[in-house]
Amino acid sequence: MAIQIAQLSHRYGQRQALSDLSLDIRAQEIFAFLGPNGGGKTTLFRVLSTLLPIQAGAVHILGRKLPDSVAEVRRRIGVVFQAPSLDKKLTVVENIRYQAALYGLRGGLLRSRIGEMLDQLGLSDRANERTESLSGGLRRRVELAKGMIHRPQVLLLDEPSTGLDPGARIDLWNYLRRLRSEFGVTIVLTTHLLEEADKADRIAILNQGKLVALDTPDRLRASVGGDSITITTESPAELIRDIRARFDVAATDVEGRVRLELADGHQWVSKLVEAFPQPIQSITLGKPTLEDVFIDKTGHRFWREAGESTDA
Amino acid sequence: MHEMRTSQRGEHTGGEAAAVDLEIKPSPLLAATTLCWREIVRFFRQRNRVIGAVGQPILFWLLFGVGMHRTFQLPTTGGDGPSFLQYFFPGTLVLILLFTAIFATISIIEDRREGFLQSVLVAPVPRWSMLLGKVLGGTLIAVAQGLIFLVLALTLHVSIGVVALMQLVALLFVSAFALTSLGFVIAWRMESTQGFHAIMNLLLMPMWLLSGAFFPAPELESGMPTSQWLLHWAVRLNPVTYCVAGVRNLLFGATASIWDPALTTCWLVTALFAVFMFAAAWTIAGRRTTGDLL
Repeated sequence: MAIQIAQLSHRYGQRQALSDLSLDIRAQEIFAFLGPNGGGKTTLFRVLSTLLPIQAGAVHILGRKLPDSVAEVRRRIGVVFQAPSLDKKLTVVENIRYQAALYGLRGGLLRSRIGEMLDQLGLSDRANERTESLSGGLRRRVELAKGMIHRPQVLLLDEPSTGLDPGARIDLWNYLRRLRSEFGVTIVLTTHLLEEADKADRIAILNQGKLVALDTPDRLRASVGGDSITITTESPAELIRDIRARFDVAATDVEGRVRLELADGHQWVSKLVEAFPQPIQSITLGKPTLEDVFIDKTGHRFWREAGESTDA
Repeated sequence: MHEMRTSQRGEHTGGEAAAVDLEIKPSPLLAATTLCWREIVRFFRQRNRVIGAVGQPILFWLLFGVGMHRTFQLPTTGGDGPSFLQYFFPGTLVLILLFTAIFATISIIEDRREGFLQSVLVAPVPRWSMLLGKVLGGTLIAVAQGLIFLVLALTLHVSIGVVALMQLVALLFVSAFALTSLGFVIAWRMESTQGFHAIMNLLLMPMWLLSGAFFPAPELESGMPTSQWLLHWAVRLNPVTYCVAGVRNLLFGATASIWDPALTTCWLVTALFAVFMFAAAWTIAGRRTTGDLL
């Protein structure tokens, strides 16, 4: 196991940011914490990256307990923060070199390691430019170089795709996959983007500080069962009642829309439209997505909370 | 080329490679010297900081020195007291140290806001090595700026021996170390540079004004007004007074006519000031602040 989390809880004053979280992250997997802003991802990230103390529960990283073995853990993890951590007045090479010094790298080893990192991340021709002149995508690559310069066994990334254009996102994921397959690094990241989580080996869905689901993306989708049908209508409660009376199937109200999960969804669409031509304004049929998984587990839509609560 | 890359990859796969890498021990001193060097590199890449930290005090010195030339008179017996340009010189030197030291530590607020600090805080080095790097960097910048200004002392026909000069540089170093640590204590918990300017005006400028830099402490006499008595003690209890007096003593010798601590006292107080401020900075840096998470 790369990371073991047991009964982890954390609160800021009155607000419970994490409650009773337990899960294991296996070695050499790409693991994503998915959740809306305010779901507890960032708090968890700060605990795992050793920035925040553990209030309740236990965390082991690479078999070492936090906070007892914090120095040992720090040597073995690489951290890429959401906020840029580059010194803009320094060049690419200086940023990497100064970071390396914090981990004890020096001399010939340091030089060869910097060369390697620049090569891996395609930064060799920008090595002596100040980071303030780089694009967002290139800066993120320098961040990755900083995070990997001491060859950590676990790389933690907080919302790594934020602020990147699609091309840079693809580059990022290619690099993460390469780290995993060639260097055996365990990758742990947080994201609020459903399509990004979909690329991970396993996903933990966090909502209001609680773990609501944990599995591979495919199995999570399969767990929703069948297809999802979403209907917009004037009076959802009435329609739900009528559907139940007529077909004896369960429908739920998800924030004003009627939602059904059924096998053979395409047949149901015509049945429903024929049965209730008046109240149905629109009807959509979809294969289950991670958003459906989220709705299924929490009873509300993924984006509802965005904007309501602060990221913590 | 291709072969070489493959071997590099091979080196890193599996647990063995990781074990090789763990032989590299993090070194707090390497971290501190690196962070110190970073301060210096950053400073000289921000030209306005260089100009501001030396330019303003020089301007002060010239304008006040020339402007106060006629009105300023030390209570000497004869008319052979120091001119104001001369009297004001050590104070200006300390002001340069103060400005530079303070502006160097403001950068901790920027480091935090720009996210640089986070990556230092999760590195396997103790907090004191981060602190030492910051304070040492600020100190060296401040001393370098002070030495530039010191060249102007030649215009005052100062004759200073090699030993006294070495002592002076050492005293500037210790004073700057104390002032940078003080700056760190103030800056560590601050979330914006605006707050720092308020502290600058409310604490640091009065501290400098009451250091004998600008005017000497009134003599203690029986029957003196309370305000004068308070002023005397405010100057006397201010640690910066001893930095200024030490510099003055080394440059111009003891001034007989005013209250003036002995050079040994200056050394002792300045050294204690440095030790105390660094200890305070160390204590405060060990605490987590909400700002760690900005």
